[in-house]
Amino acid sequence: MKRTIGYCLVYLATSFLLAGCNLIIFNPKGAVARDERDLIILATGLMLLVVVPVIVMTFVFAYRYRATNKKARYSPRWASSHKIEAVVWGVPFVIICLLGWVTWVTTHTLDPYRPLDSDVPHMNVQVVATDWKWLFIYPDLGIASVNELAMPVNTPVSFTVTSDAAMTSFFIPALGGQIYAMAGMQTKLHLIANEVGEFRGIAANYNGEGFSDMHFSTLSLNPSDFEQWVAKVRKAPQRLDQASYAALAKPSTRHPVSYYSQVQERMFLDIVDKYEGMNKANRTPRSQAQRDGTGVRTDQQPGLAAEER
Amino acid sequence: MFGKLSWDAIPTTEPIVIYTLAVVGLIGLALVGSITWKRKWGYLWREWFTSVDHKKIGCMYIIVALVMLLRGFSDAIMMRTQQAMAASGGPGYLPPDHYDQIFTAHGVIMIFFMAMPFVVGLMNIVVPLQIGARDVAYPFLNALSFWLFVVGAALVNISLGVGEFARTGWVAYPPLSGLAYSPGVGVDYYIWSLQISGIGTLLTGLNFFVTILKMRTEGMSLFKMPVFTWTALCTSILILAAFPILTATLFMLSLDRYLDMHFFTNEAGGNPMMYVNLIWAWGHPEVYILILPAFGIFSEIAATFSSKRLFGYASLVWATIAITILSFIVWLHHFFTMGAGANVNAFFGIMTMIIAVPTGVKIFTWLFTMYRGRVRFETPMLWTLGFIVTFSIGGMTGVLLAVPGADFLLHNSLFLIAHFHNVIIGGAVFGYMAGLTYWFPKAFGFRLNDRLGRIAFWCWLTGFYFAFMPSYVLGFMGMTRRLNHFNNPEWRPWLMLELVGVGIILCGVAAQALQLYVSIRNRHAYRDLSGDPWDARTLEWATASPPPFYNFAEQPKVDDLDAYWGMKERAVSTLKHTDYRSIHMPRNTSSGLVISVFALICSFALVWHIWWMAIVGLVASIVAVIVRSYDDDIDYFVPAEEVARIEKARLKDLAEA
Repeated sequence: MKRTIGYCLVYLATSFLLAGCNLIIFNPKGAVARDERDLIILATGLMLLVVVPVIVMTFVFAYRYRATNKKARYSPRWASSHKIEAVVWGVPFVIICLLGWVTWVTTHTLDPYRPLDSDVPHMNVQVVATDWKWLFIYPDLGIASVNELAMPVNTPVSFTVTSDAAMTSFFIPALGGQIYAMAGMQTKLHLIANEVGEFRGIAANYNGEGFSDMHFSTLSLNPSDFEQWVAKVRKAPQRLDQASYAALAKPSTRHPVSYYSQVQERMFLDIVDKYEGMNKANRTPRSQAQRDGTGVRTDQQPGLAAEER
Repeated sequence: MFGKLSWDAIPTTEPIVIYTLAVVGLIGLALVGSITWKRKWGYLWREWFTSVDHKKIGCMYIIVALVMLLRGFSDAIMMRTQQAMAASGGPGYLPPDHYDQIFTAHGVIMIFFMAMPFVVGLMNIVVPLQIGARDVAYPFLNALSFWLFVVGAALVNISLGVGEFARTGWVAYPPLSGLAYSPGVGVDYYIWSLQISGIGTLLTGLNFFVTILKMRTEGMSLFKMPVFTWTALCTSILILAAFPILTATLFMLSLDRYLDMHFFTNEAGGNPMMYVNLIWAWGHPEVYILILPAFGIFSEIAATFSSKRLFGYASLVWATIAITILSFIVWLHHFFTMGAGANVNAFFGIMTMIIAVPTGVKIFTWLFTMYRGRVRFETPMLWTLGFIVTFSIGGMTGVLLAVPGADFLLHNSLFLIAHFHNVIIGGAVFGYMAGLTYWFPKAFGFRLNDRLGRIAFWCWLTGFYFAFMPSYVLGFMGMTRRLNHFNNPEWRPWLMLELVGVGIILCGVAAQALQLYVSIRNRHAYRDLSGDPWDARTLEWATASPPPFYNFAEQPKVDDLDAYWGMKERAVSTLKHTDYRSIHMPRNTSSGLVISVFALICSFALVWHIWWMAIVGLVASIVAVIVRSYDDDIDYFVPAEEVARIEKARLKDLAEA
């Protein structure tokens, strides 16, 4: 009976913590976020093996050896014990070895650059952070949207991220992991949504005055809803080309959600290329290939990303 | 004529700033007035401003640190209030351009102008006494370090009233801190305040490195040095190795901003991420510069108040050395999300975790120092116990952040904020407060009011938990740092809780201010004549409180770790009359102050592009250095009769105690 009540209390407390106050990190909506959450729990559990005894010992030792307690043993000269020292070096060492092994394995499996294992072919999205809004280009579909990201549910999405202003970080907490957006450079992030819904996406690195308003909504949609969303975007009057992009890229806050029915070729790479960043040398052969007409579609990011790494 | 400087630089349209300036101005006037009224300028000039005495310089460091703590804490109150007010979609009371300056100033002030001077101040007061030396190796450089640091602090405060401060965050990542995104003078204030005070810090590192290696008293081998001195040595090594990186990095940033170069710009082949690497190659050792001496303080206190030898001294020293070395190969954990490969991330993650092993060892040695001891719960010991518990939690969340897979979710979130406040407040600041209470009687000859000290401790401790534990939760709720406003009612209760915590810490700070006031007023009642109020173990307690300016009439001989404890045990009387000899001491000098004033003029002119003034300031400070180097009258001998007179007065005090 007591045990049942205990379980109930633990269950209630956990459910309050995990759901009651909506801890996004503990309510993952995608496989990546789920694995990362499990890693947090595992690592914390391992460390509590040391931290809990330390805290308990602090109180016990302080109380037991208080100066007024004359019954406790007092050895003012006792200052070393090989046994104790072996334990205090050894136990943390063993735990860190374990955790280090976990770290090595998970850093590779959760590498944001690693394409997710899935039977469903992945969708490509190119992400541009400008001051202070998010531009999403869908190279496979030839459309683009601002401050709204749509993705079909249960479909891995491969993001290629850059910035056209100060550095910031592309982060959808409900779906997991984040990656920096840096001008003249491209980073990769692979995420998947396993539930239908609307999730908040944010700029997770301060990048100036409009930072606080630089968020977007992520729509995880059923295939049919996603088709409808794409159709809606295709009806938009605007087209994303150099001129309209230049207008968009001007600093602004709380930019309304907007759509582009068509996207100019090489738009994303042009934004990256604008800066003579550290990747300039890498790009030369590919531009050559394009001029020769033998090149692949510029939008095909996976190959490029592999090279950029 | 005056570069970019004009009357528009004074933010007359910002009522908050103007009121602050008015209050600060009034307090300043009152201070100046009362000093003039009491005719104390001459005393201050002779005894303090031109002093090269390490103890006085240490006290001045701590006084400035406490004043800057008030400033940094006011920033914190403003930020927390803004976030609590603007949690439901409203704009709050601070627009982003002001708020962004405040969080930048808060970080810069707390790290560079509160924690650094606090730790350097404690090192100044304690290290020469602990090693039985008469002063540091280079007393004049020490004064120069202090005054250069004051210039940095002054620049940050001038930026409040003239112009603006950086809006970049405390590490000023480019390209945001570059000319393209921050055309104002804020970043220039940031650069020059850090550069000038950074030179001071570097000189301090050099000074203490040499002092500890060369000036230990007879018999004190490296492995008989008190642990605080060990940590001061390791901190000095870290300063020597890390601060040049900061200087070079900021120099490159200033070349970008002043001469249109492209080290860290987006365009023209610049690489902002190189700055990020460099700043953390300094920045991570920096946090150990702050925390290692705190570990040293806790070690001294744990042994003293357990009336027992420190457990595992050799382990503790080797752990400190291990941390010193490891701290240089972990910097990448500040940006796992940059997109480095999995191998790189895993390497830096695992290196970071390895630091947890020596740190854990330290915690256990303090625990086993209490074991089979007689623990007296005086205020310094309370801070130590509060530290062990709080720091264990902060250490754990730090290791969690070192796992790249976990960091991807928690990076830059309030979880991170909670973590580093957990280790910096719960570790470093608790240590400094403990050290302040512990060594205050040594520095001034009277104790601090005990009751108010305890109240301050409990307020800080509970206030800390209220102010930062909700941040862990908010991090899990997806709240990122440096937000000015947001519309998320779910965050609001937690932010309110945090504001309550800030209020409790404010009570603690008020208690400390009151404690200083009450203790100074009742200093005769709290007078400690013995020089050893805590029944302590190391050499600094073997001399009078406050120590005579030459520290020891006769430099003590050491044959044990707990040198003074050994003397007490063997009943070696400190009450002996000897034939006093004359003592070689450095002469006071105003050079440090003068050079620094010119450095202030130069850096202020550089901030505002007043080129003629910058050249004048630079040339004048170089000339002042040259003049000083030709000054031969830099030392003197204290006559033996003078030493005898001071020591006899001390013996009389001791007899009364």
